[in-house]
Amino acid sequence: MIEERNKERVGSLYRDVWDQFKKHKGALFGGVVFLLIVISVIVGPFLWPFEANAIDIRSRNQGPSFIHPFGTDQLGRDTLARMLAGGRTSIAVGLCAMALTIFLGTFIGVTAGFYKRLDGPLMRLTDLFLSLPLLPLLLVMMLLFREPLSSAYGPERGMFILIVFAIGITSWMPTARIVRADVLALKEREFVLAAISSGSSNSLVVRRHILPNVLSPILVSATLGIANGIITESALSFLGLGFPPDFPTWGRLLNDAVDYLQQYPERVFWPGLCISLTVLSVSYLGDGLRDALDPRMRKR
Amino acid sequence: MITFIIRRLFIAIPTLVIISLVVFLLLNLAPNDPMAQVPLTVPPEVKQKMREALGLGQPIHIQFFKWLVQFFWIEPQVLFDYLFNTTFSEGKQRIISWQTRSPVMDIVVQRLPQTLWVVGMSYVVGILIALPIGLYSAYKQYSIFDNVGTFVSMIGYSVPPFFSGVFVIVIFSVQLGWLPSIYDTTHTVVDWETFKFQVKQMVMPVMVLALQTTAQINRFMRSASLDNLNQDYVRTARAKGLTEWTIITVHVLRNSMIPVVTVIAINVPYIFGGALITEQVFKVNGIGHQLIGAIYANDLPTVQTITFMFAFLIVSFNLLADIIYGLLDPRIRYD
Repeated sequence: MIEERNKERVGSLYRDVWDQFKKHKGALFGGVVFLLIVISVIVGPFLWPFEANAIDIRSRNQGPSFIHPFGTDQLGRDTLARMLAGGRTSIAVGLCAMALTIFLGTFIGVTAGFYKRLDGPLMRLTDLFLSLPLLPLLLVMMLLFREPLSSAYGPERGMFILIVFAIGITSWMPTARIVRADVLALKEREFVLAAISSGSSNSLVVRRHILPNVLSPILVSATLGIANGIITESALSFLGLGFPPDFPTWGRLLNDAVDYLQQYPERVFWPGLCISLTVLSVSYLGDGLRDALDPRMRKR
Repeated sequence: MITFIIRRLFIAIPTLVIISLVVFLLLNLAPNDPMAQVPLTVPPEVKQKMREALGLGQPIHIQFFKWLVQFFWIEPQVLFDYLFNTTFSEGKQRIISWQTRSPVMDIVVQRLPQTLWVVGMSYVVGILIALPIGLYSAYKQYSIFDNVGTFVSMIGYSVPPFFSGVFVIVIFSVQLGWLPSIYDTTHTVVDWETFKFQVKQMVMPVMVLALQTTAQINRFMRSASLDNLNQDYVRTARAKGLTEWTIITVHVLRNSMIPVVTVIAINVPYIFGGALITEQVFKVNGIGHQLIGAIYANDLPTVQTITFMFAFLIVSFNLLADIIYGLLDPRIRYD
């Protein structure tokens, strides 16, 4: 009986969040756009007849046509196929980097908030990471660890691991701070005290009572994490320190297009638009989620 | 307040030392060799001597200590000598770039004005645009102006500088041909014509960077003004019969500026990070350009020095922001 009622209430909580989320027009729109982009980069390469790396030198440097709606590049590769394949990589990097960021941030935030002894050192560590010049260090990491990882896992997979790892360890700090603050407040609440005094182990308390209650800031940082991951990957690829040249990502395509800026200025448009649109949609999604998940933020 | 500043300084110094250690170790433990470009015909013992000449033969802690001494003791002496025509630094080993074989700091000093000029100008422009927009957005909350402003700052967040920069180049340089796409650092302003050219070549990089600044500062300004507009003292001011203009500019603006000023201070170093990419897009021959060139060329001393200078900026501006916050807002008491 009680369980049933609980279930109903949980359902109504999520229904409530969804109702609130629906009201936020920008968030709904952002969510739909992001979903469309993700679906098209996952399904697109299977449906589109051209390969991303198939060279057809006879039809190089073509403008938009019926066969190549976005035109072709200097080696006759179909731009739409490259955009779809590039989007796959860019979004995969964004999602994986977000997952790592959230994992690290939540782990450090919960540990610091829950164990008083570790709070000081972990927060000093967070401050230290926040004081690091991140973009230069990212560039340096790319430069230094590119070759060993490439030889160990192959050029593409090695680069993927390196980029995800580098973004992850340089962007967990804000999440950790927010989560820690929430955990500190939660720890003093009665239900957590009750759980502790009834003999629950620490890990059970964290899993059962703390984590579900810090879910909303985590979700919001997750959306920001995706945006950050995509932008950082594109920036690295743009500076020529990302994926290898024949491996398309949106940043890489933009970088390639810059070389032909005088002759074919329209080429920079598609990758740039895709990066911006994805990041914009994710940011709006995050905005809406924050409003929907936090009842105090709602417009009265 | 004084004890707070002293305490913060004592935290800042170990932070800086640890950061310099991180930067140093990351670069020195990495598997790369500055002698990799030397021809294979050079015998190994000569290579070993060359390595020692670069200071690579010693244990790592001694290298680190030497680098610290060079950065914090010898380089300031050079600056002192330059300013006051003394000879303290004569004959002392400075940080030498492997790429150009000249002191790193000399190149930094050559490059810094371009960066400061472009970045500083864009920061000022961005702030000057953002403050009134943020204030007015808050005053007319949920109006069309507010929604458009929010949307524009969302765009400023989402459109990375390497796209917005390239995009304005396509429009204004390639299509319209109004503005030069490459920043000419050798250009000097002597008369009206050269001044006009200088303005023309600065417009695009400054606006691209300013868009990002505007996006951030605008949001902070809006939320800070919203907080203040609902305060009792605003109602009191209205009840006294002050004009809206006076209420907004004198009461709300000044109080909203307190958190915004700290945000402005904290963000100064990050602007240099953003400038890294913008400099690359517009080929501005600045410090970010130097860093990226050094990274490509495997020039460890330059990379270490510039990266550490960025870290130094971040730590000192954080400290500065804390102090300003305490000075501006008497309600904040640190001790």
